[in-house]
Amino acid sequence: MTTLTFVLMDAPFENARTTTALRLIQAALERGVGVNVFAYEGAVSLAFTQQKAHPNAVHGRDAEQENHPLPKEWIAQLIADAKQRGIAFDWVNCGLCVDERGVMEAIPGVRRGSPLDFWKMAQASDNVLVIATK
Amino acid sequence: MKVLQIVETAYRATAEEQDDTVLWFSQVLRGAGAELAILLQGSAVSYAVAAQEAGGLAFGAWRQTQPPNVAAAIAALLGGGVPIYAIEEDLAERGIREEACVTGIKRLPRAQCGELFDRFDRVWHW
Repeated sequence: MTTLTFVLMDAPFENARTTTALRLIQAALERGVGVNVFAYEGAVSLAFTQQKAHPNAVHGRDAEQENHPLPKEWIAQLIADAKQRGIAFDWVNCGLCVDERGVMEAIPGVRRGSPLDFWKMAQASDNVLVIATK
Repeated sequence: MKVLQIVETAYRATAEEQDDTVLWFSQVLRGAGAELAILLQGSAVSYAVAAQEAGGLAFGAWRQTQPPNVAAAIAALLGGGVPIYAIEEDLAERGIREEACVTGIKRLPRAQCGELFDRFDRVWHW
């Protein structure tokens, strides 16, 4: 199986790089490509269980109507999709980045690790895409 | 696997992290035996400057006791056998002369980047 490793760095709700990255990952899964993700710095918050949706008073929408996106749900869907397709999917949060930010609670399917996990992923992948923050 | 790490943004959260996080990451990978080189470009060529000091951050009674020391990180990587390049044009734009730089950094004209990239299996742009 072809495998790609992605490095993500951006925190949720900060810029379009996150959405684009997750779309690239989804595209990879749809093509039967195995995916590793190493979440570094702010990206360790992407899978944080405590993200909460809210209403939108400016648009007159309650929470249910607003249906505010939560990256943790996007990632949960990607994990479920990979499982359903029988494709390898591994998401590792950088542990020290998790500790600094206090985002210890990650959704099921996301594990804690270190840059050494990334190095192993990179060595075992066909290619690596680093999507850096700016 | 030979990897070229491109570092472009300088001083991004270095006070909070007490390191440049990409240089730190590179030190971890090097410690694990990775064959690395680093290319500094854009504002990150400022990391080539030897005489920089980031101490003194304080909020009320809190004092930073371990300020980032980017020049030391650069020197440690060089000492650990990691070649470090800096784009010549970006250094010139910022008035950074060779004598101000950490010893061992190689100045690279931008036109030679392609040739440099060719020497590596992976090029990661942070």
